[in-house]
Amino acid sequence: MTALTLSNVNKSFGNVHVLKDITLEVDEGEFVVFVGPSGCGKSTLLRVIAGLEDASSGEIGIGGQQVNLVPPSKRGIAMVFQSYALYPHLSVRGNMTLALKQEKQSKSEIEKRVDVASRMLNLEPYLDRYPSELSGGQRQRVAIGRAIVREPKLFLFDEPLSNLDAALRMNTRIEIANLHRALDASMIYVTHDQTEAMTLADKIVVLRDGRVEQIGSPMELYNNPVNQFVAGFLGSPSMNFLPEGLLPDGGQNTIGIRPEDLFLSDEGPIAVRVSHVEKLGGDTNVIAKIDEHTVTARLFGQHAISEGQDLRFAFAPDKAYRFDATGQRLR
Amino acid sequence: MNKARQNPFNVVAMHGALILYTLVALFPVFVILINSFKTRRAIFREPLALPNADSFSLIGYQTVMKQGDFFLYFQNSMIVTVASLFFILLFGAMAAYALSEYQFRGNLLMGLYLALGIMIPIRIGTVAILEMMVATGLVNTLWALILVYTAQGLPLAVFILSEFMRQVSDDLKNAGRIDGLSEYTIFFRLVLPLVRPAMATVAVFNMIPIWNDLWFPLILAPAEETKTLTLGSQVFIGQFVTDWNAVLSALSMAILPVLILYIIFSRQLIRGITSGAVK
Repeated sequence: MTALTLSNVNKSFGNVHVLKDITLEVDEGEFVVFVGPSGCGKSTLLRVIAGLEDASSGEIGIGGQQVNLVPPSKRGIAMVFQSYALYPHLSVRGNMTLALKQEKQSKSEIEKRVDVASRMLNLEPYLDRYPSELSGGQRQRVAIGRAIVREPKLFLFDEPLSNLDAALRMNTRIEIANLHRALDASMIYVTHDQTEAMTLADKIVVLRDGRVEQIGSPMELYNNPVNQFVAGFLGSPSMNFLPEGLLPDGGQNTIGIRPEDLFLSDEGPIAVRVSHVEKLGGDTNVIAKIDEHTVTARLFGQHAISEGQDLRFAFAPDKAYRFDATGQRLR
Repeated sequence: MNKARQNPFNVVAMHGALILYTLVALFPVFVILINSFKTRRAIFREPLALPNADSFSLIGYQTVMKQGDFFLYFQNSMIVTVASLFFILLFGAMAAYALSEYQFRGNLLMGLYLALGIMIPIRIGTVAILEMMVATGLVNTLWALILVYTAQGLPLAVFILSEFMRQVSDDLKNAGRIDGLSEYTIFFRLVLPLVRPAMATVAVFNMIPIWNDLWFPLILAPAEETKTLTLGSQVFIGQFVTDWNAVLSALSMAILPVLILYIIFSRQLIRGITSGAVK
């Protein structure tokens, strides 16, 4: 069964067309990540799914039932916000039980669900504290706990990690992945961070300017991007784009090579001057210039390369992607 | 830390200025208080002297107690002030929430219309208001005053509160909507507690003018049983003879209730409970 169906969803604010003909499906138990640069409409799309914004046109179905006119609380969803949005006047327990009390669940049922969720998230010692007495990471866990106790058909995460520091972000990311495995629930996760998208998703939806650019598993998108935007958005460091004219026997198109597919070779076609070297121990990132274009190469292991040095890079022809002037992939 | 704050000279200068201002502001109150405990002759001989064994007298307070029903005046003033503040805050906050939260046709126009009230003094409409009160039979009731003061306070309340309501996190309200709270619950349980400092500001701004007002009680409710404290004190001020003992005593007593109300609201001003709600 499908957890979520969107067909031709459009959303405009006045004259601004924010979402354009979005059509997609989320299967039961799937972890779907909406990713895209800021302003691409991914958060708006999430709000439309949640029912916090009305779609201008199109149909939204959750669990096989059309929900266009159903209020947020009756859609069978739970949402985790970027700013946590905890109720400041309620304790952690109060925050987690409020929705259940609104649904008129029995006391024992509420107790049971809070128990399960707080054990899952290690929140037991904090149940009687107030949000102002918790750290950022703890607040985020409470926000997730508040979603879990509702046992929704669909979880919605709106950039839940962007307020956390780097170390905490990685831990919480793993926690969310474990949670998805443990709950086996359908989840939609919005982020602008491609690492989060790659590591968490069963399926990534890449958005740009309110349009779906490509949908697929992380490796599908990585190995087989449909256009220059998707190719450049996924992967870190991001893909190098060079005019074919810079290379011997080149044409008019743009060529894209991932940094890890470049290797040092004295006969290589790409002659560059090194402008910066990042030595990470396991990897060495070389940032170099060819004319006005920047090339990033990710070399495995440690290399004695310094700024100002002239190098030549080569690549396997089957690892190169070609794009036409409009950014479409040429095969 | 700010460097200017650590500089001892600046600290002294700052506190000096604040202390000086406090003295200047409190001086009239102080003079009223000490003179209310003196005989009439002592008041005029040495207005700034503290009451001593010779000059000490409670004659002013005795006159005030005997003349008219001062506790009733107190009660009237209290009822009018508290009820007006309650309605100003309730309706002001509700209107401000609607203006800041919901998109509807004429939203901006409505906001401007309400803000216009800040610039037009309500006293201009006194004659019309009096006619209305006569027509509705509200003359000489406390309701007449409460309604007028509520109308007088609403524009500024809506203006200030809608500005603050815009700052309340959307995520918080949306979280409430997803959890199935009604719009009223979101307003009363989530938004109002977060704008409490702004509500206290509005309350303090409105409280003093209402408490001190002489104009509307004199015109709309001059009957003995609806007199407010300010109006009641006027009996001691005559065209040719003024009973200063009584006036000063009445004024001293009138300070107390406002002081208590102010302390209640100012604690709200200081208390910030937003911390921890949203990052």
